Amino acid sequence: MKKKEVPQDKSNLESANFRELCYAVDENGEYITENSSGWEPKTVALNNAIEEINERIEDAKKRVIAGETSPIEYYMELHKMDVGILASYVGFWQWKVKRHFKPSVFKKLSDKKLSKYAEVFEISINELQNISK
Amino acid sequence: MEIDFTHHQSAHCENGVVSNLMKHNGFSVSEPMVFGIGSGLLFCYIPLLKVNHAPVITYRALPGHIFKKFAKRTGVKMKREKFSNPKEAKARLDENLEKNNPVGLQVGVYNLVYFPDEYRFHFNAHNMVVYGKEGNRYLISDPVMENVTSLSDKELEKVRFAKGAFAPKGHMYYPIAFPEKLELEKAIVKGIKDTCKAMLAPVSFVGVRGIHKIAGLIRKWPKQKGIKTANHYLGQVVRMQEEIGTGGGGFRYIYAAFLQEAGKLLVNEKLIELSKEMTEIGDLWRDFALEASRIYKNRSAQTDSYNKVADQLDRIADLEKVFFKKLKKAI
Repeated sequence: MKKKEVPQDKSNLESANFRELCYAVDENGEYITENSSGWEPKTVALNNAIEEINERIEDAKKRVIAGETSPIEYYMELHKMDVGILASYVGFWQWKVKRHFKPSVFKKLSDKKLSKYAEVFEISINELQNISK
Repeated sequence: MEIDFTHHQSAHCENGVVSNLMKHNGFSVSEPMVFGIGSGLLFCYIPLLKVNHAPVITYRALPGHIFKKFAKRTGVKMKREKFSNPKEAKARLDENLEKNNPVGLQVGVYNLVYFPDEYRFHFNAHNMVVYGKEGNRYLISDPVMENVTSLSDKELEKVRFAKGAFAPKGHMYYPIAFPEKLELEKAIVKGIKDTCKAMLAPVSFVGVRGIHKIAGLIRKWPKQKGIKTANHYLGQVVRMQEEIGTGGGGFRYIYAAFLQEAGKLLVNEKLIELSKEMTEIGDLWRDFALEASRIYKNRSAQTDSYNKVADQLDRIADLEKVFFKKLKKAI
């Protein structure tokens, strides 16, 4: 990549007001570093990934409202987690977390267990039990 | 309290922290030099593992490896500590800062508040330097950022004790002893040999073979997984290749910069020539990313276009095979 080819596309980096560093060669073939504000191919990839996550969040929310899963799954998706990550944060086995997805099991969870989830998601137990529709 | 520490932006966090800590201690070592000596370049498909519900590919060595190999090959002694207790981790950090010793920390990205939201994923192998404390705020030199920043003690504790794969467990590290004179020549040769070995490894998911493997998978994805998932997977490949930290082209440009610098230092014309070749291969990786992005941008791709990008990867793999064989002989 030549110095003048270092892309300066619009990207999500703008919101944090920084540009990333790229390596490129100058007119004399010497390696230099140059800041890049972003590159469209990866911005599109990132935006698609975010969109995918948002779809998963929406889907989880619908299933919570339909009584098919517990709010824990919704908050897990909201925090871009999967079962493995959530399990390590709350300190339960993965199968246990999955069990807590069952609305019937979730209803009977002790405050102690609920508070573990609430703490990880940085919400109150009340918010965990009643997701906003 | 603030330690007199100079922040230099780097492409990748791990190289950057090592390079910045070395510079702080009076040894001028560039980012590409750390990356090359630490054998950072790699291609590896990690079977079975999924991140963000897509397969994982890495273009670099496992977190911590660059750093470990660099230290070993240059004779720098590093102190590394992990903690189970956050209070203890904080106390040890404060102790070092009081002794005027800036330290490297491994942290999780998800709760890193100064990152743009879109970049905050559960990735736990990010690195930064802490170089001071004002009140309850820690002064942070994050090598991928243009400027220094700061985090509150609570915010820092959260990222130091992030959970999930590669959980940092408060991991803190800093150099404690240096050789009298830093001799890079031997370290460079070792670093290059190691990289050639990994890239030419007789393992189906590593190095050149790993690239062919991914090419084969890409051909299958649209039929096997459907267009939507195939595009999601392809997007993740490009993100791994081009996301912040790679310096462009899946670390190939940083490696080319290393070969150029190494060629001058060792007075080895062949390395300088090979640097040019690596730059061209890096350009091909960029072309692949561009072509792949056309597929997932339009979302109406045909199997044919997947085959086309897979062909590009096969070609890159063939070129890299020849390249690393030549590189092995050049030193």
